[in-house]
Amino acid sequence: MTTTRSEVDFEETARVPGAPLLEVDDLFVEFRTRDGVAKVLNGVSYRVEPGETLAVLGESGSGKSVTAQTIMGILDMPPGVITGGEIRFHGENLLKASSRRRREVRGSGIAMIFQDALSALNPVFTVGFQIEEQLRLRKGMSRKDARKRAIELLDQVKIPNSKGRVRQYPHEFSGGMRQRAMIAMSLALDPEMLIADEPTTALDVTVQAQIMDLLKDIQVERNMGLILITHDLGVVAEVADRIAVMYAGRIVEQSHARDLYRKPGHPYTQGLLDSLPRLDLKGTELRTIKGLPPSLLNIPQGCPFNPRCPRVQDICKTEVPPQHRLAPGRLSACHFAEELISGD
Amino acid sequence: MTDNIIEVRDLVKHFPVRVGVLFKRTVGYVRAVDGVSFDLKRGETLGVVGESGCGKSTLAQVLMRLEPATSGTATFEGRDILKMKGGELRKLRRDIQIVLQDPYTSLNPRMTVGDIIGEPFEIHPEVAPKGSRAKKVRELLDVVGLNPEHINRYPHQFSGGQRQRIGIARALALRPKVIVCDEPVSALDVSIQAQVMNLLGDLQTEFGLSYVFIAHDLSVVRHLSDRVAVMYLGKMVEVGTEEEIYEHPTHPYTQALLSAVPVPDPELRNQRQVIRLEGDVPSPVDPPSGCRFRTRCWKAQDICATAEPELVTRVANHPSACHFAEEKSIVP
Ligand SMILES: Nc1ncnc2c1ncn2[C@@H]1O[C@H](COP(=O)(O)OP(=O)(O)OP(=O)(O)O)[C@@H](O)[C@H]1O
Ligand SMILES: Nc1ncnc2c1ncn2[C@@H]1O[C@H](COP(=O)(O)OP(=O)(O)O)[C@@H](O)[C@H]1O
Ligand code: SF4
Ligand code: SF4
Ligand SMILES: [Mg+2]
Ligand SMILES: [Mg+2]
Repeated sequence: MTTTRSEVDFEETARVPGAPLLEVDDLFVEFRTRDGVAKVLNGVSYRVEPGETLAVLGESGSGKSVTAQTIMGILDMPPGVITGGEIRFHGENLLKASSRRRREVRGSGIAMIFQDALSALNPVFTVGFQIEEQLRLRKGMSRKDARKRAIELLDQVKIPNSKGRVRQYPHEFSGGMRQRAMIAMSLALDPEMLIADEPTTALDVTVQAQIMDLLKDIQVERNMGLILITHDLGVVAEVADRIAVMYAGRIVEQSHARDLYRKPGHPYTQGLLDSLPRLDLKGTELRTIKGLPPSLLNIPQGCPFNPRCPRVQDICKTEVPPQHRLAPGRLSACHFAEELISGD
Repeated sequence: MTDNIIEVRDLVKHFPVRVGVLFKRTVGYVRAVDGVSFDLKRGETLGVVGESGCGKSTLAQVLMRLEPATSGTATFEGRDILKMKGGELRKLRRDIQIVLQDPYTSLNPRMTVGDIIGEPFEIHPEVAPKGSRAKKVRELLDVVGLNPEHINRYPHQFSGGQRQRIGIARALALRPKVIVCDEPVSALDVSIQAQVMNLLGDLQTEFGLSYVFIAHDLSVVRHLSDRVAVMYLGKMVEVGTEEEIYEHPTHPYTQALLSAVPVPDPELRNQRQVIRLEGDVPSPVDPPSGCRFRTRCWKAQDICATAEPELVTRVANHPSACHFAEEKSIVP
């Protein structure tokens, strides 16, 4: 049973009919710290439609979480400063919206789940209370209705014995259960868009598989847009419709999932795929990407990947590569993207 | 003489569970390792896989003599590790080294890299006389692919992958015969993980090392291991060559683990056999009777609750602790 969206939620919105569900457009974020200015996001753009799963893939520090925090309006400011770009939800630029409007969107428009469920849940309240509180405050539900709905939500995320579990505290749940409880909480206000930041990284592989199945089912059932942030190329291959690969605060490649694995359109993506040990092969030597990701205090001139790139040319050291459109829905920020795709 | 460098038989490690503030009472035991037997052959890598809490790290700690065993035996080159004292124990501490998961906390932040890598020489001065130590440390830095000029830097000046290399250099300092690696690449990004895995492979060839390689990532384990042991709730449930475990798994738990690993190939989406386990791993304080996996096993019968299945070969030429062991092909 789904409850109808409360009318008050979307008063005074600046929705543009026909606009995409969520668009991140040329976003720039810096962190100004004692050590200097870290250029953490340097023109990030992606979009997500209802029912679609966009995987944001990248190594730690590439800016995946900062992008998500900026979308949610929970970026640490200071030291963070948004220096450019827009985030449009149904065409409305959230970066220009009032803080009241942002609070409205948070939870009922876009919800987020995190890697560490224990720190996202409040240890001193029962799981049920935390779900019910949102329903009462934001949807004006009675205590009784809210309890009923909380139990329904726990059922939806397949927590056994939901009637007993609503009365329990987060520490009484196992790791996998807590992750489910956090998902239930994020669904309470029926968001149109869910951002999952490394939702299964801390879990065992059998539990991880259960949670990914659950997220996928819920997404299909609700036709939600899903941004899945991860560094796991296996998880991405199993659930993503499209993939955005991040490196040093830029999207270096965007593609449909199949095309990216069949033929990566950027040397960094190629390097990641080559670095991966395979379950189905006993390997000898893994091919690696030499060196380390750059310090964001001091990003190399030209292409940020150039010090590690096996295909680097002179132009890469001076000119920032623009986004090359390789096919509909397929972009690569490499000067030699076309050659990469056409070569074998 | 056998070519087993380590032999472990019926090894048990229980941790008491104590309650009470002033007067602690023991109310039970965490059966972290509960009757484990295996051999490590000279020059091979034995992979150990299993979910969180199944006893992998405890096993490593007992082998290193960092924790006393509750019962059982473990021999290194024929001598009982668990009974060693004095000079023999000192020698063991040279011969077996450990590399840990967390490159951030396993290095002392106030020591220079040179001091960290050279510290084992303080305890075992016979390996490197004082005058030659700086040179030895520089050599070690070079061996693990770090710049020997960085000998005076501190751990925070290095990245995660570089810190893991520092940990490996330190482990190599005393020219050990065995290195126990407890999740050595789990905290690293893919591209860095590949660099460290290649390094471990190269060092094994160069120095003739034997590895016990503990990890929860089954792809990583396959890549490096000659043989693989699968653990569940303090027990080994299946042991075999890398090929036997990955191509011909016979224990339902091994099959479920393999099935749960996401494969980085979208073409295979929805084409693989899916086994989804219900629920979580039970508590090691009070494990299920009979077969410990029975509460999550889709094949469980009455006998599984009463008779504990032995780790013996029933099918497919390798041991598996299941009454109904049968081959099932999981990996695409
Ligand atoms: N010092 C200790 N005192 C009490 N219990 C302990 C102690 N060390 C480990 N345990 C328990 O023993 C069991 C096995 O722990 P162990 O650390 O060996 O697991 P593991 O397989 O290495 O797991 P992970 O994959 O999470 O590293 C767990 O239930 C753990 O909580
Ligand atoms: N509150 C903060 N203050 C300063 N730097 C930060 C803060 N949050 C994130 N950063 C930096 O921003 C960069 C991107 O971080 P993040 O988006 O978390 O990366 P990831 O891709 O791993 O999610 C990193 O260099 C990180 O250290
Ligand atoms: S632009 Fe040059 S350095 Fe950058 S990825 Fe392409 S080839 Fe490599
Ligand atoms: S012994 Fe029984 S419960 Fe245990 S794995 Fe085999 S079939 Fe399953
Ligand atoms: Mg992150
Ligand atoms: Mg461990």
